[in-house]
Amino acid sequence: MDYRFESVPAVRQGLADTNYLADDGIAGVVYLADRLQKPILVEGPAGTGKTQLAKSVAEMTGARLIRLQCYEGLDESKALFEWNYKKQLLRIQAERNSEGTWSDIEDDIFSDEFLLTRPLLEAISAKDPVVLLIDEVDRVEIETEALLLEILSDYQVSIPELGTVVATQIPLVFLTSNNTRELSEALKRRCLFLHIDYPDMEREKEIVLTKVPGITESLADQVARIVRSIRQLDLKKAPSVSETLDWANTLMLLNIDQVTAQDATDTLNILLKYRSDIEKAAKEFSTNAAEFAGQS
Amino acid sequence: MTDTAEPDQISPMLELLSGFIRDLREAGIPVSLSENIDAMEAVRHIPLEDRDALKYALAATMVKNDSHWRSFETVFEVYFSLRGKEYLVGGDEGGEGSDTPDMEGMAQQGQGDGSGGSQMSPEELAQMLYQALMRGDDAMMSAIARQSVRRFAGMEPGRPVGGTYYLYRTLRNLDLDSVLEKLMAQAKDKAPAPGLTPLEERLERDEYESRIDRLKKEVEAEIRRRLVADRGVEAMAKTLRKPLPEDVDFMHASREEMVNLKKAIYPLTRKLAVRLARKRRHGRKGPLDFRSTVRHSLSYGGVPAEPKFKYPRPHKPEIFIIADISGSVAAFARFTLHLVYAISGQFSKVRAFVFIDGLDEVTSYFEGVEDISQAVHRVNTEADVVWVDGHSDYGHALEVFWERYGKEVSSKTTVMILGDARNNYHASQAWIVQEINKRARNVFWLNPEPKSYWDTGDSIVGEYGAHCDGTFEVRNLRQLEAFVENLA
Ligand SMILES: Nc1ncnc2c1ncn2[C@@H]1O[C@H](COP(=O)(O)OP(=O)(O)OP(=O)(O)O)[C@@H](O)[C@H]1O
Ligand SMILES: [Mg+2]
Repeated sequence: MDYRFESVPAVRQGLADTNYLADDGIAGVVYLADRLQKPILVEGPAGTGKTQLAKSVAEMTGARLIRLQCYEGLDESKALFEWNYKKQLLRIQAERNSEGTWSDIEDDIFSDEFLLTRPLLEAISAKDPVVLLIDEVDRVEIETEALLLEILSDYQVSIPELGTVVATQIPLVFLTSNNTRELSEALKRRCLFLHIDYPDMEREKEIVLTKVPGITESLADQVARIVRSIRQLDLKKAPSVSETLDWANTLMLLNIDQVTAQDATDTLNILLKYRSDIEKAAKEFSTNAAEFAGQS
Repeated sequence: MTDTAEPDQISPMLELLSGFIRDLREAGIPVSLSENIDAMEAVRHIPLEDRDALKYALAATMVKNDSHWRSFETVFEVYFSLRGKEYLVGGDEGGEGSDTPDMEGMAQQGQGDGSGGSQMSPEELAQMLYQALMRGDDAMMSAIARQSVRRFAGMEPGRPVGGTYYLYRTLRNLDLDSVLEKLMAQAKDKAPAPGLTPLEERLERDEYESRIDRLKKEVEAEIRRRLVADRGVEAMAKTLRKPLPEDVDFMHASREEMVNLKKAIYPLTRKLAVRLARKRRHGRKGPLDFRSTVRHSLSYGGVPAEPKFKYPRPHKPEIFIIADISGSVAAFARFTLHLVYAISGQFSKVRAFVFIDGLDEVTSYFEGVEDISQAVHRVNTEADVVWVDGHSDYGHALEVFWERYGKEVSSKTTVMILGDARNNYHASQAWIVQEINKRARNVFWLNPEPKSYWDTGDSIVGEYGAHCDGTFEVRNLRQLEAFVENLA
């Protein structure tokens, strides 16, 4: 069996080449997933790069990304496969006048030709290298998780009429979750677990530098520092990495290269979504908050 | 299969691992057999001297809940603190094996008078600390951490003292608060003309504080290494074990635990809300209502064609919370208020009353606010709850409640009384609880003390409990969540 990655640092470097800045924890788990042939369950606050990680790993390994977006009500026919009833009916009608017995027809209409492949089956039957992303798995009902278990542990799909489709190559599998509910033990047991939290200041600065074209080192540094300070406040919702990036882009548009307290306060609504959070942060930014209020 | 580990290294590693996993389980982290096997497989792919990689590999295979990370980390540090290239301690040499690199490290920094670290005076060490923090020099900081533990912690082999004691002694000597002020003064001096703006000052302070945090972690790690070297892994795993956030006692949480509890409450309320919403949606049909089905079957000639179901929740209850918010039980009241208000959509109304020896209604604090924690904060700072001396007086608080609000308790009301019922030997006025219960749908008493303490000293929870529909021990988030979920 060939491994995809030489070492943990090699994973980290490869991801950096696709503009994804990983830390040792992230790179380490990706490395291990390949070695142990296990899926990764990625969990963490919104906008911290969970989905992007799967995309970047696909890009880095030159694999095709197959994505199953989860939602409440997702079922087998959308996740795994479905028989093409229309086509089957047409065939039955066409065969009606011919010689064939029913069992011939049955064999015929339950063959590959009439199978509609959905993302999970597609990933398993792929001949080329693929990365399977099962995004926001916490959105499906806990009972629906059962559909995933066979794939996650055995990399196969059982189709009653056809038999079992076994993967010819083991894909890298990522599941993401925003942790809105507890996932089943059965699912967690099958996966390596990776919690991606907000990046530390240095890494966030690197992310800003790579993702915001033309930004200066000193502005990126300021952005990362201010965001770090804001995350230390007791907030309803802390700014995510994507909000940091939005904010940095806004500052660029406004031609700001040195963020003052006033600039920060004026643009806080990009970083923070709740009014109470914005007020709290604005107050923290200037011990002279009372003066500001008095002036306007 | 593997190319990184030599066969003869594997078996001691596996032995270490099985002890490690046993201690994870004892700390409350559920590790299944298959996860255990995954972990053993994982370590074969990790270069053994890479401590960080080992840590991530073990966590990824066995810790599937982020809030368990701290407990995992503590056990990990105990088990593997003496591993890794810079900490390799020979079998019987104890913790002193790491002396030399320290001194070399410091000398290389070009600090002091070149005569070597062991001769450094306390002033020199302080100066070096200041420099290291100012530059954010990690290597130097960890060298200083080790040096100061050796000097200030006063660790002696075999002394049955916990890590916090040594940490306290070391940090007191380093006096980091005044170092921080010195660093800030220096930053202000260096700033060009109008000086630092409040924002800039805050950013500077955050930076130095994060460096100081790093230093503290190093100090802690060094103490742990020495304790483990002295007393052995198993003893220390027991001593240093950290409870999971959901198991932390409200009444005895340390500051750090309190911070983690506060963090844990948001995801917990979110999950609880989702679960309850789902329960409502899917649980619309209750158990089969036999009598109703039979009655309706008459119109089908006695065939029970249309099954009838009981609707378990005909209307949403109204909740009254009456909470003691004096010192030791304040945290418990805060978390309960937070949790109940977070799912207040499940109730027709929630009203909150808080007391110490006087009582005040605080319902309005929670009305129309986005941020429950802010409302809870106001409860603690603004509510008018002191009548005479600010020591809990359940009897008087109940009197005030009964007098002012008693009539508003109805058969739709579920009343939750929160507190340890330590009444400072005042009159209990337990008859009021009885009266409340006559009017209310239910009265529950939630006590944050362990059951074994109930009715000892001045606790009279039994006297009140006699008039309640239930008394519950609610010491931690796990128990609180279970109670609140049943309520809704
Ligand atoms: N480590 C990183 N390196 C580079 N870009 C990153 C990193 N982390 C996050 N980003 C960027 O942040 C944005 C949000 O990332 P992504 O959509 O993957 O978040 P998510 O964790 O999946 O969020 P959600 O939980 O809302 O689905 C993307 O634009 C992504 O490129
Ligand atoms: Mg996503």
